[in-house]
Amino acid sequence: MNPEVALPILIPLFSGALSLLFWRLRSMQRLVAVAGTAALLITSLWLLASVSRDGIQVMHMGNWPAPFGISLVADLLGAIMVVLTGIIGFAVALFSLATVGRGHEAFGYFPLMHLLLAGVAGAFLTGDIFNLYVWFEVMLVASFALLILGSEKAQMEGAIKYVALNLLSSVIFLSAVGLLYGLVGTLNMADIAQRLGQLEEGGLVDVLAMMFMVAFGIKAAAFPLFFWLPASYHTPPVAVSALFAGLLTKVGVYALYRVFTLIFNQSPDYTHEILLWGAGLTMLTGVLGAAAQFEFRRILSFHIVSQIGYMILGLALFTPLALVGGVFYIMHHIIVKTNLFLVSGFVHRLKGSYQLKKLGGLYKSHPWLAVLFLIPAFSLAGLPPLSGFFAKFVVIRAGLEAEAYGVTFVALLVGLLTLYSMVKIWAEAFWKAAPEDAEPAPEAPSQREQWLLYLPIVGLALCTLAIGLYGAPIYALAEASAAQLMDPGRYIEAVLGTEVTP
Amino acid sequence: MEPLMALAIGILYATAIYMMLRRSIVKLVIGLMLLSNAANLLIFASAGMRRGAPPLVPEGATAPLGLVADPLPQALVLTAIVIAFGVLSFAVVLIRRAYEIVKADDLDQMKDTDT
Repeated sequence: MNPEVALPILIPLFSGALSLLFWRLRSMQRLVAVAGTAALLITSLWLLASVSRDGIQVMHMGNWPAPFGISLVADLLGAIMVVLTGIIGFAVALFSLATVGRGHEAFGYFPLMHLLLAGVAGAFLTGDIFNLYVWFEVMLVASFALLILGSEKAQMEGAIKYVALNLLSSVIFLSAVGLLYGLVGTLNMADIAQRLGQLEEGGLVDVLAMMFMVAFGIKAAAFPLFFWLPASYHTPPVAVSALFAGLLTKVGVYALYRVFTLIFNQSPDYTHEILLWGAGLTMLTGVLGAAAQFEFRRILSFHIVSQIGYMILGLALFTPLALVGGVFYIMHHIIVKTNLFLVSGFVHRLKGSYQLKKLGGLYKSHPWLAVLFLIPAFSLAGLPPLSGFFAKFVVIRAGLEAEAYGVTFVALLVGLLTLYSMVKIWAEAFWKAAPEDAEPAPEAPSQREQWLLYLPIVGLALCTLAIGLYGAPIYALAEASAAQLMDPGRYIEAVLGTEVTP
Repeated sequence: MEPLMALAIGILYATAIYMMLRRSIVKLVIGLMLLSNAANLLIFASAGMRRGAPPLVPEGATAPLGLVADPLPQALVLTAIVIAFGVLSFAVVLIRRAYEIVKADDLDQMKDTDT
């Protein structure tokens, strides 16, 4: 038995149910939020430890042997993603203690947050493609409700676009699952991979690959399917934005990684070529969109899009080094992006606005916050010695080795433009003097609240520094997980328990 | 039966996409409903349709005799229907609240978050 495979799903589900029981006891809900996410973080580390020690961990639900039952599978990529979920969940839970108001908590912010984490962890751990759909929906429903907490006009408008496009993507995914089942007669991903390899109908498989690419491309906010993201991510309470920014699109990226390394690896000349173009255009449109914006969270939202491009680039090049880069990029990006959103929340708490024109003078009043902004911001742009530099370096080096010079040039250019956006935020919000017609700042956070706001930001900044300065073990982890991804036979063997004949 | 089913599914998808491309948010939600039904029918039909062959194992045997209907797609459709029902009821409530707050049933009026 290996309970650690199921625990990252069960713990958030349980803490979600528990906080529903304490519907009226605000303090208990907050306690459960912190304790539940801390427990999630600890079990996810346990899972990562046992996966890196003993190889891929498989748990057959209800003891039905694969491929008949639903299997939970934790390979290194899945385990890494669950650890990141734990880190982000814990950081955001702490942050939301100080930022999510009484009104939002009364409408079930904390139960929904746990449900969202359960959906995300489930998507990372399942080994069954229909079960993946179910976890996507669990995550989506929770995110819908979180997105409209507060019912402001912008939230409603953003939510309609978010809901419509995400449901469309779910339906495409579901249709593709149905057709895939019609083709191979199984839902277990390892079994699908094995049987697709023996199939003759290449054309139909490519059509299915495209359907999965579109469905997960919408979830991951890849070009040209990203429009729901910048329309909605800047509208909800900031803790929700940070949670979404860190985790939701990355579930789409993870699904792309899983499906296009394990199942659809027959004709990389065709499928991965399309991914390559998609990656380049995603990077470029995202960063150009951000350059035109003057709202803190909207700039960051467009940068999510452009960063997704780098991750897909790692998958699209489909060499061992590129996958290492992609996995490393995901690890670095989740932490950095959530941290930037948390900083934007802190700024909003101090100044009462996200509009850069109305901000200013923060370097003078809060120098430490300015430093804490610079760490993730420069990391996002890829300045050494922070985590982003090494992530970009590996991806770009893989691009050069694969002789994809065009897209490598785009990646370098986008790094530069990212720096431009970050410097813009720095100059406008932190460096310039506060505008004279600034609105009176809201009530300053109390000492205790300041602690709660600083704690997750400092913690995530330390993670960024650690990935940058002591990157060797983390690089080794990314390398090992990329090696697993390049060799789907190991995954199939672990799940089905049989020798695989390639 | 299968050609008829394929035709019905195709028409459902087409109608759904058409409805989703209209400007009214009510039609958008109707489109989403039709879309999820089209996907459910597609799954139902994808494993082949067989009439009057329940997947039952006769007494004494360990596997059903002959060709039987595949029960798994029906289980999948059942799950998908439940999920779609929940999500769509959320969508219906959402458009009602959106209509109350934005005071328009027109996606072209909802541009505040795009610029």
